[in-house]
Amino acid sequence: MEKLLLLGAEAIAKGAIDGGMSGVYAYPGTPSTEITEYVQNSKYAKENNLHSRWSANEKTAMEAALGMSYAGKRAMVCMKHVGLNVAADPFVNSAITGVNGGLIITVADDPSMHSSQNEQDSRFFGKFALIPVMEPSNQQEAYDMAYSGFELSEKFKLPVMLRITTRLSHSRAAVKTSEIKKQNETSYPEDPIQFVLLPSNARKRYKLLLNLQGTIEEASENSEFNNYFDGKDKSLGIIACGIAYNYLIENFHGDKSPYPILKIGQYPIPSGKITQIYNECKRILVLEDGYPLVEEQLRGFFNKDNKVDGRLNGLIPRDGELNPDIIAKALGIKTITGNPVPKIVANRPPELCTGCGHRDIYEALNEVMKEFGPQRVFSDIGCYTLGALPPYNAINSCVDMGASITMAKGAADAGIIPAVAVIGDSTFAHSGITSLLDAVNEKSPITVIISDNSTTAMTGGQHSSAHGKIEDICRGLGVEPEHIKIITPLKKNHEDFVKLLRDELNYKGVSVIIPRRECIQTAAKSKKTEKLEKESTD
Amino acid sequence: MKTDIVLAGVGGQGILSIAAAIGLAALENSLQIKQSEVHGMSQRGGAVQSHLRISSDSIASDLIPLGSADLILSVEPMESLRYLPYLSKNGWLVTNIKPFINIPNYPGIEEILNEVEKIPNSVVIDADKIAKEAGSLRASNMAMLGASVPFLDIPYENIQNGIRQIFGRKGDKVVEINLAALEAGRKASEEKKTRNS
Repeated sequence: MEKLLLLGAEAIAKGAIDGGMSGVYAYPGTPSTEITEYVQNSKYAKENNLHSRWSANEKTAMEAALGMSYAGKRAMVCMKHVGLNVAADPFVNSAITGVNGGLIITVADDPSMHSSQNEQDSRFFGKFALIPVMEPSNQQEAYDMAYSGFELSEKFKLPVMLRITTRLSHSRAAVKTSEIKKQNETSYPEDPIQFVLLPSNARKRYKLLLNLQGTIEEASENSEFNNYFDGKDKSLGIIACGIAYNYLIENFHGDKSPYPILKIGQYPIPSGKITQIYNECKRILVLEDGYPLVEEQLRGFFNKDNKVDGRLNGLIPRDGELNPDIIAKALGIKTITGNPVPKIVANRPPELCTGCGHRDIYEALNEVMKEFGPQRVFSDIGCYTLGALPPYNAINSCVDMGASITMAKGAADAGIIPAVAVIGDSTFAHSGITSLLDAVNEKSPITVIISDNSTTAMTGGQHSSAHGKIEDICRGLGVEPEHIKIITPLKKNHEDFVKLLRDELNYKGVSVIIPRRECIQTAAKSKKTEKLEKESTD
Repeated sequence: MKTDIVLAGVGGQGILSIAAAIGLAALENSLQIKQSEVHGMSQRGGAVQSHLRISSDSIASDLIPLGSADLILSVEPMESLRYLPYLSKNGWLVTNIKPFINIPNYPGIEEILNEVEKIPNSVVIDADKIAKEAGSLRASNMAMLGASVPFLDIPYENIQNGIRQIFGRKGDKVVEINLAALEAGRKASEEKKTRNS
C-alpha cells in the first residue's frame, strides 16, 4: 500500500491494475487517453503481461475487452464519450450477453466541450444498457471504483460502466492504493451459448437482464458510494452526483452543510435514499455534471410537485461544466469576483504548430481550391481540424471519426464535384477505411487527402494503427494504383503539391493523396529520447 | 494554511512542470494538494491554465472559486491578465515579462504592463533573462517557479528537492542550471515583493 499523486485517469488505471486486470483496450481520446498510457508505462503491467496496446477504434477495443472477459479474465475498455457512440453496438449487447471475467467500460465525458464535438452524458448510455454505473467524486473514489468494479461486474455477471468527466480525469490528488489482486485464471463461460445472441437466446438473456434490475438497484441502495448526510435545515435537500459533490462542499468552507445531502456515486439511482430526501425536504436541488439525468427522473413528465431545481428550470445553466461558483449562485451564497479581464486581452485559440506538415497541406489546398469552388472540403477529427480557423479557413466539416470521406462521397453524389476529404492517418485507420470502400465501389469523383504524420497527434502522439500500411490498404480497397500519390508536405514542394492536387481533382474517380511527414512534436520527442539514451550509454 | 494558485501560460510553454515541482514539494511537506490541468486541443498554442490548490486541511473542489486565488503565476504577460476574476483582493500577480506572440492582435507590452500595475500586488520579472544568465533559456519556467517561492507556505528546500526529482534523470548539469534559475527568480521576486508591498 502506498500513497501516490495521480490524475483521476491514472487513478483509474492504477485501481484496475491493482484490482487484477489482465488487459486494457482503448483508442486515444481526450480526456480518457492517460488511463491506457498509465498501464503502458507501468512496470508491473509489463512484467505481468497486461495487455495495453492501442486498438484501431473504440468498437474493436470494446469487442476485444469483451473477448477477454469471455475467457474469464478481468478487462477494461476506455474511451471518451463520443467513442462510446462508436462502440455502442457491442456495448449495449454486452449487457445482454453478460460477462465471465469482470468487465469495466470507462467513459470520460467532456462537459463544456474542452476537446470534443458534443457534451453527451454517458450515464444515459449506462441506463439505456441497463447496467450499473459508477461515478467517482474524487481521485480516491476513482481508484476504489476501478479496484472494486471488477468484483461488482463478476457478482452480477454484467459489464459495469465507470463514468468520469474531464475535470476529474485531468486533476491530480493523492491516492492511497490497496493490495494488488491476482489476475483471474482463464476459464470458459458456464453456459456455452451465453454469448450467442440469436433471437431465441437473446430473448432469454434480455429477460435475465430485466430480472436483475431489482438486484442492481439494491446494490446502489447499499453502495458505499451513495451516502445520505443529514442536515438540520430541511427547507432544501441537495442531490449531488459525482464531482458536483466537491463543488458543493467547497461552498461550506470546511463547515457541515446545513441541508441534507444525498451524494450519488453509483447508479441506478438508489430509490430508497432518493425517496427519503425527496419526502423530507421542501425543495430539492439536483447537481450533476452533464445532462439532467437524475433531475428528469425526479421531476417526471408532469412535474406535479414542482419542487425540483436544477438545469431544467434554469437555476443551474442548461449546458456546460459545473464549478463552485455556479453552485454558490444556486444556493444563494454571495460570491466575490476579482477584477474583470481587461479589454486588451485577446482571444488565443489553439493553432497548428509552427513547422507542422498540415500547414503545408492547407497552403497548397487553399491555392488550388480557388479554381474548383468554395465549400467543398470535408474534414475530420484531429489536429488538422484546426485548419477550420484563421489563417486557413480551409475546411467545411468536422463531425465524427471518418465522416470526411463519406460526406465528400455523399456531396459528390448530390452534384458537388469534385469534393475533397482531409483525414489523418490515425482517423483513417479508426473509421475511414470502410468509407473509402464505399467511394471506390461507386467510383465517386472525390479526392481524399490522408495527411500522414505517422501518429495520433492531437492526443499526444500515440501509435497510429495503420502506420506503414496506408498505401497497401488503399490498393486493397481498390483505389487505382496510379491515383495513389505520395508527397512530402514541405514549403519547397509547394508548387508540385498544387499541381498534384489539381491533376487529381480533375480525375473523375477516387484519388488518394498521402502527404507524409512525421508530426514535429513526436519527431522532437523521439530525438530527445534518443539523445538521453545515447547519453546514458556513453 | 491554504494557498490557491492559478498557473497561466500558452500551450507548450510547460506550466505543468511548474505545477509538478510545487506539487511534489507540497507532498513532501505533508500538505494536501489538488491540481487541475488542461490536456488536449488547447495544448496546441492556445491559452492554458492550471489550478493548483495546497492546504493543510482537506480540499473539496478541483477548481478554485472566483475571487479567491492567492496567486496568479504566469509565464506570459498577457495570459496573467486573463484569469484576474480568480484573484482575491489580497492576492498577488506574478508574471514573466516576455510576450509569446502567436496571434495577429496581440496588444502592446506597455498596455499589458499598465494593466498589471493596476493590480495592487504584482511582481514582474524577466524570467528569460534570468534563465539565460543561469545557463539555459529553457530554465525560464524554473525562474518563474522561484518567483513564486515568496508567496508559498512551503519550505524552500522542498521546492529544491522537487526540482532535483524532476530533472534528476537529465543529469547533474541540468539540475544545477535549474536550481540556479530557481534561486535567481526567487531573489528577483523577493526584492520586488518587498518594494511593492
